[in-house]
Amino acid sequence: MKARVHVTLKNGVLDPQGKAVHHALQGLGFAGVEDVRQGKFIEIELEGTDVEKARSDVKEMCEKLLANTVIENYDIDIVA
Amino acid sequence: MSEITPDVIKSHGLTDDEYKLVLDIMGREPNLTELGIFSVMWSEHCSYKSSKKWLKTLPTKAPWVIQGPGENAGVIDIGHGQAAVFKMESHNHPSFIEPYQGAATGVGGIMRDVFTMGARPVANLNALRFGAPEHPKTRHLLSGVVEGIGGYGNCMGVPTVGGETNFHPSYNGNILVNAMTVGLADANNIFYSAAAGVGNPVVYVGSKTGRDGIHGATMASAEFDDASEEKRPTVQVGDPFTEKLLLEACLELMATDMIVAIQDMGAAGLTSSSFEMASKGGVGVELWLDKVPMREEGMTPYELMLSESQERMLMVLKPGCEDAAKAIFDKWELDFAVIGKLTDSKRMTLMWHGEVAGDLPIDPLAEASPEYDRPWEETPKQDRIDPASIEQKMPHSETLKTLMGSADLASRRWIWEQYDHMVMGDTIVRPGGDAAVVRVHDTHKGLAVTTDCTPRYVKADPVEGGKQAVAEAYRNLTAVGAKPLAITDNMNFGNPERPRIMGQFVGACKGIGEACIALDFPVVSGNVSLYNETNGEGILPTPAIGGVGLLANVGRMATISLKAKDAVLIMLGTSTGELGQSVYLKNIENREAGSPPPVDLDAEKRVGTLVRGLIESNLVRTCHDVSDGGLLVAIAEMCLAGNVGADVHLPEQGSEIAWLFGEDQARYVVATRDPDSVLNAAASANVNAVIVGHAGGTAITIEGEDPLELADLRKAHEGWMPNYMSATIN
Amino acid sequence: MKAAVIVFPGSNCDRDVQVALQKRMGTAPHMVWHRETDLPKTDLIVLPGGFSYGDYLRCGAMAANSPIMRAVVAAAKAGTPVLGICNGFQILIESGLLPGALMRNRDLKFICKDVTMRVETTDTIFTSHYNNGEVITIPVAHHDGNYFADNETVKRLEGDGRVVLRYSDAEGNITDDANINGSVNNIAGIVDEERRIFGLMPHPERVIEPLHRGTHGAYMFDSLLEALA
Repeated sequence: MKARVHVTLKNGVLDPQGKAVHHALQGLGFAGVEDVRQGKFIEIELEGTDVEKARSDVKEMCEKLLANTVIENYDIDIVA
Repeated sequence: MSEITPDVIKSHGLTDDEYKLVLDIMGREPNLTELGIFSVMWSEHCSYKSSKKWLKTLPTKAPWVIQGPGENAGVIDIGHGQAAVFKMESHNHPSFIEPYQGAATGVGGIMRDVFTMGARPVANLNALRFGAPEHPKTRHLLSGVVEGIGGYGNCMGVPTVGGETNFHPSYNGNILVNAMTVGLADANNIFYSAAAGVGNPVVYVGSKTGRDGIHGATMASAEFDDASEEKRPTVQVGDPFTEKLLLEACLELMATDMIVAIQDMGAAGLTSSSFEMASKGGVGVELWLDKVPMREEGMTPYELMLSESQERMLMVLKPGCEDAAKAIFDKWELDFAVIGKLTDSKRMTLMWHGEVAGDLPIDPLAEASPEYDRPWEETPKQDRIDPASIEQKMPHSETLKTLMGSADLASRRWIWEQYDHMVMGDTIVRPGGDAAVVRVHDTHKGLAVTTDCTPRYVKADPVEGGKQAVAEAYRNLTAVGAKPLAITDNMNFGNPERPRIMGQFVGACKGIGEACIALDFPVVSGNVSLYNETNGEGILPTPAIGGVGLLANVGRMATISLKAKDAVLIMLGTSTGELGQSVYLKNIENREAGSPPPVDLDAEKRVGTLVRGLIESNLVRTCHDVSDGGLLVAIAEMCLAGNVGADVHLPEQGSEIAWLFGEDQARYVVATRDPDSVLNAAASANVNAVIVGHAGGTAITIEGEDPLELADLRKAHEGWMPNYMSATIN
Repeated sequence: MKAAVIVFPGSNCDRDVQVALQKRMGTAPHMVWHRETDLPKTDLIVLPGGFSYGDYLRCGAMAANSPIMRAVVAAAKAGTPVLGICNGFQILIESGLLPGALMRNRDLKFICKDVTMRVETTDTIFTSHYNNGEVITIPVAHHDGNYFADNETVKRLEGDGRVVLRYSDAEGNITDDANINGSVNNIAGIVDEERRIFGLMPHPERVIEPLHRGTHGAYMFDSLLEALA
């Protein structure tokens, strides 16, 4: 079983890297890019088949380590 | 059908003649793994086949040299039982393909070379060459390389204290990234690579092996064409965190008495490290490749032997030490595996799950590799630029401002502020001066370090250019008060199969050799990077010289910062007005022409000895060597560093431009409050000395001209690079 | 007066701060490996700069979960002073001992240079040897020093006088130009409510003798010596 975790900055937190990418995309001539936010994608291989248990384990991982909840949100996707 | 087709041979970079030699040595057709091993061992990068003949002519000995070229790094005695260990190495091709990782792994590799010898790295430097600023790739490459160097060095906690950066269109398709590391070791605890002791365990430590950079060493020896941008996957990825752990673990192990020999796995990875250790020790090796820690599934013996995964070391331990050594690597959470043993066969036997996957004789590969005496042509001499032929186009102060704000001379602060140059707490002279100085920890001694080369001189006259690179390193070390001890050379040239290019290499070696002998400044380590060209266009020949000198007491040294109280500026050395290949000619007249300034090695030594004496006797605390841009630029750099202005005199006769902007060698500017003593000392040393100006105020005022406020000059000098780098992304 | 310096894998200013403590306080500190679970008897805990765990994931995040950090948090809560420098500040934040977050510098680059900053309070054991409002020069060397906290937290920090250092120009003006990394309110260092836990991005251990071209960092160690000896 796989868990896919997306960690993104909360709205309202300045994202200097996203801003730089946004600027670069404009420089490359991509018109119509309104905003860019950068985040992290983390893939975790898990043993077992209990999706709910997996979800709660990964949630704990996010709270304890993977995300800094002061500035970041996370989003968990369990792929059986 | 054989797996070794002509195409396979060609794709491994072996010529027909070389393959015939392979068949002779093997006595049979090699398998693919064996062919791959020949290919990397005989690549230019590992075998120095085009350059050996000439490298052998370089002087490598002095009473203070503990280890010259041939080991992972050179070692010199710096007194009190301590040694400095250093080397410079190129990572040009990988940095062009992937600037961040290419530069980062270059820095990682050179640090490994140094700590393999038992030294703790204490200073990093980088000699960088990029294409023209207006070339569409330059900005991206520069920013990636700088970030990569910082990313690795900063994380390692080794200060990056110096280096140089040039721009020139000849590097448009082939940048140069030369990284140098200086380390400190106990002189009686240096580690070497010669394996010994039949039956002793061969141990692998560090990161796991993946498919990184397979064929990196052969890539670094082939010319680029536009298709090589497709080669991206063969670039290695650096992991400075692991290397930091590896450094600490190795130094911890080295403090015990368990290591027989150690070698880092750099270019050509396990192949070159195991062959070099065995060849130097005159022993055989049996490797159990299935025991190598692997990061990826399904790896083959071929891939394991050729992988260039970073942050790995190969060691031979004393028998019975495996467990104690493993405990150290366990503490640092690094892989540790016994992957073989030494034998008396003088052969490399590769085992794969109990079966022989390759079996090669060691000496013919490692020592009897091809050596070429490539045909070469001498570079035609150019005429000297007659100073009288150069007309003044604008006020000198305006010329000064133009030069100081040009890509050639503008401040490199934007670069070095991205490097941690203070970690370890011993950086005494920070970047931006002549040589950087790092204190030898817990002593009053200091190591002065610098990298130098003026490629446009080398192109115009390889012999004089080679001399000049060594002489400038000597001057930069002298200018802080250090005694120059030894150099490392990083020879970056084009395709040696072209006689014109080979002639540049030969000429530069001659010039370097002459200068080293005259200045008592031997070569103790080095690296050669050839085939630096794209679509047939060679780079400017660039023999980058890394110099190391010793300050007996960091309390007695000079910096370039002008102080108002040291009012009198004196130029030591002789000016004849050499404008050939000068920064003036390039920027103001837009041409690179003429013969470069000749190098008078006797004068270099005489003036250098005088300058060190003046600093040692405390007569001079402010000193700067005169190089790119000439006298006025040297004075201006001193003014900016100290934030003190100066009045500058003009010569009574002759060309003002040649006086102010000529790049004559063997000159320094010193500032003193006791001009008589300095002038007297110069006279007794038979050195020409002239008062060229006086410190004070907030502007540089050239005789007969309006003052140029330092603030204006600073804006031009500091502004160029940040402005350039913040322009729209290409 | 005996300090303990915690060494994480990837710490690289541990020796520098060890030297500074020894030089300014006269006693060599304990060096404590992160895998220990107990602290030696100590008057001060120092979390040094560096790249613990390579700064992978987030600076300080993995170090904050090292075994020794349970003992550090317990000791801090029981009143042992803690000084976190650079990566140490990041670890203090990740372990919840100080509020907020340290994000990538505003211009995304690693910055290593001398920086001027204003001492906002001398009412801490770390800064008693400075003057209120004094402008000091201490180098920084970081990639992620852009201090962020929500409005309420910032308000509380400001209201309680817990902002200890603020990036300023040479005259002490708090300007945007002087804000090297984009920190909210130019914050360079803060203390906890008890004023016993101090995290700062600048490196005081790098300016403790004239050969360093500055000695402003030395006063921080002198302050601590006076308070804790």
